[in-house]
Amino acid sequence: MSAAAGMSGRRGRGGLVGYLGDVATLAGKDLRIEWRARDTFPAMALFVLSTMTIFHFALPSGSSDRAAQGMLWVAILFTALLGLTRTYAPEREQGMFDGLLLSPVDRSAIWLAKVLATLVFLAAVEVVALLAFWLFFAHVGGAMIAAVVLADIGLCAVGALVAAMATASRSRELILPLLLLPLSVPVVVGAVGASVDTGTGKYLAFLALYDAIFSLIAWGTFEYVVAE
Amino acid sequence: MADTASLPLVRAQGLSKRYGDKRVLSKLSFSLQSGGFLLVTGPNGAGKSTLLRLCAGLEGPTAGELEVGVERDELGYLGHEPLLYRELTALENLELFAKLYRVPERRDRIHELLERFGMWGERDNRISTYSRGMIQRVALCRVLLHEPRLLILDEPYTALDAAGCELLDAVLAERRGNHTFLVSTHDPARIEHLASDRLAFAEGAAT
Repeated sequence: MSAAAGMSGRRGRGGLVGYLGDVATLAGKDLRIEWRARDTFPAMALFVLSTMTIFHFALPSGSSDRAAQGMLWVAILFTALLGLTRTYAPEREQGMFDGLLLSPVDRSAIWLAKVLATLVFLAAVEVVALLAFWLFFAHVGGAMIAAVVLADIGLCAVGALVAAMATASRSRELILPLLLLPLSVPVVVGAVGASVDTGTGKYLAFLALYDAIFSLIAWGTFEYVVAE
Repeated sequence: MADTASLPLVRAQGLSKRYGDKRVLSKLSFSLQSGGFLLVTGPNGAGKSTLLRLCAGLEGPTAGELEVGVERDELGYLGHEPLLYRELTALENLELFAKLYRVPERRDRIHELLERFGMWGERDNRISTYSRGMIQRVALCRVLLHEPRLLILDEPYTALDAAGCELLDAVLAERRGNHTFLVSTHDPARIEHLASDRLAFAEGAAT
């Protein structure tokens, strides 16, 4: 059986420069839509600030920095999850997946653009989160910032793939956390370890390795995920 | 070497499609030559839209063979959804697709199309503020933007007013022969004269 789905769309697409141009175009579109609609960022910022405030009053005075740092990572993980549930909202609600899949862009460019756009939202929220953490709890060091950056990359890379899978399902709100949270366990272990342990370098290297492996897997498999 | 001009651009052999237990298409065979105009007619739920989605590569058949001899950048598809972002303006939507399709001199091309479809004056308004007919006009601009070889149009007259329908009649007539068309409609009389081939559906069994 042969099908039209086998159509290729990459004739003279301009190599790496063209590919990166497509990624920039698609990511720019997502940022512009979010800027106009303000669907995702306010919810993420409100969630992370509420969590910080609740823990500020819930943790007894004299609690260890470790407890506060653990709380920070819980907030970051669930804020990322909140953002990722909205990653493909414009495509899902407006049937735009068909439009993107019909266009001659390499399908991995759609994934990479979503990763970049989600990273921007998450990074913006984390500026707020880290400021609140510094204000309410403890000093924010370079190791913690590095861990946050590396954890974000891993969460967004895996999350953009899993969110695409979940988009096709009717119970997407259930499937996304069900798939993403187990896959995020190494990120949380590495990030918390880098924040609280003495062997920071080891944990950061672990996070970088996770990012490299899972980004490559997601980049290579996205095309098959969005095929029928 | 075979004469490629005489080869069909679209060829289906024993094409079937099922959604679970529901049979939508059953052993459908047809071919469409390059430059041809296939008119697809039939009642609601007969499988017209499914056939067009299969030809666009948006779904795969359950059984049978389907060959479409174009690349993705040579295909223009208009379905039930306009495939436009509601939060973006008409200009931004067309800019987005023009970049993705590498349309040369895209600003001129967008201007020309929006002007032709009477939407240039509305170019900076968001799609969410348009009427359904205006959205359909911009969707038609999107489909024609990259001058596709194969145009797959599912009910292209939907929501268009009388002026919009006449405009579309003219656009289709101009392009007849230079492009290959696969068009479904509930109003075949309107474009019957353009058709080179016909496919009439009756609950999944085309004749």
